[in-house]
Amino acid sequence: MPPPKARIPAVDGWFTLDAKAPQLLGTRCKACGSYFFPKETSFCRNPSCAGSEFEEVPLSTRGKLWSFTDNRYAPPKPYMAGDPFVPYAVAAVELEREKMVVLGQVAGGVGCDQLHAGQEMELVLDTLYEDDANEYLVWKWRPA
Amino acid sequence: MSSKEVAVLGAGMHPWGKWGRNFVEYGVHAARAALADAGLAWTDVQFVAGGDTMRNGYPGYVAAATFAQALGWSGAQVASTYGACATGAQAIDLARARILAGLCDVALVVGADTTPKGFFAPTGGERKADPDWQRFHLLGATNPIYFGLYARRRMEVYGATPRDFAQVKVKNSRHGFSNPNARYKKLYTIEEVMGSPIVSDPLRLLDICATSDGGAAVVLTSMDFARKRATKPVRIAAVSTVTPRYPNTVIEMPNFATDSAVGVAAPDVPFRDSIARGAYEQAGIGPEDVSLAEVYDLSTALELDWYENIGLCKPGDAEKLLRDGVTTLGGRQPVNTSGGLGCFGEAIPAQAISQLCELTWQLRGQAGERQVKNAKVGVAVNQGLFGHGSAVLAKV
Repeated sequence: MPPPKARIPAVDGWFTLDAKAPQLLGTRCKACGSYFFPKETSFCRNPSCAGSEFEEVPLSTRGKLWSFTDNRYAPPKPYMAGDPFVPYAVAAVELEREKMVVLGQVAGGVGCDQLHAGQEMELVLDTLYEDDANEYLVWKWRPA
Repeated sequence: MSSKEVAVLGAGMHPWGKWGRNFVEYGVHAARAALADAGLAWTDVQFVAGGDTMRNGYPGYVAAATFAQALGWSGAQVASTYGACATGAQAIDLARARILAGLCDVALVVGADTTPKGFFAPTGGERKADPDWQRFHLLGATNPIYFGLYARRRMEVYGATPRDFAQVKVKNSRHGFSNPNARYKKLYTIEEVMGSPIVSDPLRLLDICATSDGGAAVVLTSMDFARKRATKPVRIAAVSTVTPRYPNTVIEMPNFATDSAVGVAAPDVPFRDSIARGAYEQAGIGPEDVSLAEVYDLSTALELDWYENIGLCKPGDAEKLLRDGVTTLGGRQPVNTSGGLGCFGEAIPAQAISQLCELTWQLRGQAGERQVKNAKVGVAVNQGLFGHGSAVLAKV
């Protein structure tokens, strides 16, 4: 039997690898409190804020579904589409505390017919793609 | 406000299609057509504004010089610009600003593109810090994914239906049917649109615009120069190339997230509403004055969003406007008389220039079977990814 594949993030530093309760990692401006995802670490993007110091913050792991759609056809590279390609949904989820909307694939084969705006969603980790050595992980949303 | 106006003395296009030739050919064809329309020679042009293309190598990044060389080096001054789908509006604005500053009287604006088949993908190479690369790699977020999110949002919030979206395609296919520059000249039925395969739910293949080859050009001049050559030239009264105001709380290509509204409240006027509003304010008119509009129908559903964004109706009323025929030729404020992207497909740097070509022909009364009666004011709007607004307001 081949050794189990290493589970590594598809992108470094965007989320925690806590399999049970993963969190997206953003930053927060120490001066004005604005959140950023992906992380902003140099200058605050609020035009009225001169802030340049940020703290790393985990984002809310639950939110309300703002809208959703799906990919019925394989996206082009650099998306690493499986063969055969399995369609998947994409969700835009509104985080109340951060007052922002974050995109993510929808996990577990949940399709658009099982989704509606306002629905409670939660963050999970799931496989984005695999190669011979590794399984690459990404954040996804699923109905809570 | 007349001191802030420039004239559109000439307009020209190369038909949209999938011709597979060098983009420079389309640009030169369009430029020569625009110059002939203006009654001017290439050597009369003092300034060339070129809309760049990102998919055709180095000549595409220096489009103005590329077109100038192909037309024959004449010593004209040049500037090339890129703003994604808003590229053409930036090029128009460059020429306009130069004329208004008194730095030249005659400017040529050209944009042309040759596009690959299928989904737009990011430009090549592994660029892990580029958000456009990241969105494809981590999400598979194609452009239709964003269009699908907006379309579904309309359904969830306003009760839009896939039939409404199909109706936009049916309308625009009628509008573009007689347009010699349109790529798709076919009269679609609701059933054909709703029978085409789903690409990104709820949007079907016939709801989403294709990618095309094409070229468009306009000759802009000072009003003094134009008055000596035309009795009632079409005038550009405003160009808006606004960026969003922070925080932009609508998810936009190519982003993973919106801005956060925690540090600052969301602006009263959302980005897409601010685009045409910027043009109306410059021109001192309102949406009620508009005779016709060209809007960026990347998807059929997005055309409905634009009705509200440009002030033709209140949020949530776009479907009623469509169903009542207000935006159909013969209605009060026809939208996408050219046939829009649904009949053209997208040739990025040419698109905003082609919108102005349509406004020009309509305002001159030269639009043939698709002519809007008594057209006085036209507005063209568009949006480029990475925060580029585009609105051009023309009148006669």
